[in-house]
Amino acid sequence: MSEHIVILGGGTGGSVLANDLAERLGTELEAGEVRVTVLNDGPDHVYKPVWLYVPFGLREPEDARRPLADLIDNRVDVREERVTEIDADAKELACRDSHRPIEYDHLVIATGSTLAPETIPGLEAGGHDYYSESGAEALREELLSFDAGHLVLSVVGSPHMCPAAPLEFTFMADDWLRERGLREDVEITYTYPIGRVHGNPHIAEWARPIFEERDISAETFFNAESVDPEAGTITSMEGTELDYDLLVSIPPHRGVDVVEAAGLGENGWVDVDKHTLEAETAADVYAMGDAATTGVPKAGSVAHYQAGVLAQRLASRIRGRPATATYDGKTLCFIETGMDAASFVEFDYETPPSPAPPSEKLHWSKLAYNESYWLTARGLL
Amino acid sequence: MASQIDIEADTTVDARGAACPGPLMDLIGKMRDVESGAVVRLLSDNEQSLGDVPEWAEEAGNELLEVVEGDGHHEFYVEKS
Repeated sequence: MSEHIVILGGGTGGSVLANDLAERLGTELEAGEVRVTVLNDGPDHVYKPVWLYVPFGLREPEDARRPLADLIDNRVDVREERVTEIDADAKELACRDSHRPIEYDHLVIATGSTLAPETIPGLEAGGHDYYSESGAEALREELLSFDAGHLVLSVVGSPHMCPAAPLEFTFMADDWLRERGLREDVEITYTYPIGRVHGNPHIAEWARPIFEERDISAETFFNAESVDPEAGTITSMEGTELDYDLLVSIPPHRGVDVVEAAGLGENGWVDVDKHTLEAETAADVYAMGDAATTGVPKAGSVAHYQAGVLAQRLASRIRGRPATATYDGKTLCFIETGMDAASFVEFDYETPPSPAPPSEKLHWSKLAYNESYWLTARGLL
Repeated sequence: MASQIDIEADTTVDARGAACPGPLMDLIGKMRDVESGAVVRLLSDNEQSLGDVPEWAEEAGNELLEVVEGDGHHEFYVEKS
């Protein structure tokens, strides 16, 4: 009887893992000893980092989408399904549009992040974001006509996808407005929930002087409690109120409800061993990328590296060998510091980041990687 | 460790194992949900919490009732104002 590996989610982690398994377990797949299935709740794979560039008119939302089936190896079964229940005891998944449950022997949860702006009163009506396709498009319309006033970038939720992106948007907006001769008419304020401008103290220390050089105000210990769209104000739990003319927020994030309902972790994130990526409360269940609480950023590079680890561990399990591969927390991240310069960080569980001096070369490296990302999704890079 | 002090928490946030700023954000998330006067106990094994948590509590006007420093982890008792 064949063993069935089911990957829940066709984002970066799920796609890289599926393609890695197809290569690694090619012989077993051909012999029918193993099946690999990817379940995704839509037809497309979405590369979210493209959205950062949409509000500035540099990229289009469709640049972030490709049909998942085109990216995944033919030896993998790709199905469009909305999973409504995970039964980790029975090892089966209930789906919205099919009567029969899907049985699995090994389940990998790669369901990513979802946005929960509704948890902050007024945020949906009063704020914009670039953390969703529709949000990025709506923000583009606002930003392109914004020529004076107070731009507030508020990091409301943490953890959130791509921890560098709030800094990137702020630095890019500053540079973009300067290039267009509008910066003197626009005040920029950045708010962050803790007592520095970034969660990682090394990145915060690097970024803080840039705020001062660029005349960007920073409000730290600012945890948004409510937004008043009529008055154009955002108020924090700490009692600070800011007036805004354009509010760009990083909305609160959650995982997916089926994870929480299955008892795998709070807020839709799966509690895992941060080295083996095995779920803490269920056997033969793994989680990766944004869905896993490993303490490292919710970033594509994390999902990419974790996919390699999980592919090795799953292949070992299938072949009856001890699984030895472990995830060391490796994370890579480019950080745009303007429209023509970027920095770069690399770190892991033991080694803190040390941001590289911003350069045009790193900016182009980031753009080049974004173009070649589709090779990553296909398991080639 | 908790038995050494005479504070009863209404709820506990176990952020042991979370990297910075996870413990503080977990605490803030819980403080959003509880009523005024409630006491939240935070468990953290991140050393940075010893600075972050008191600083935030003061900034937000909440009272840090007690910090119990331990070898394995620290306990913070914060009352919502």
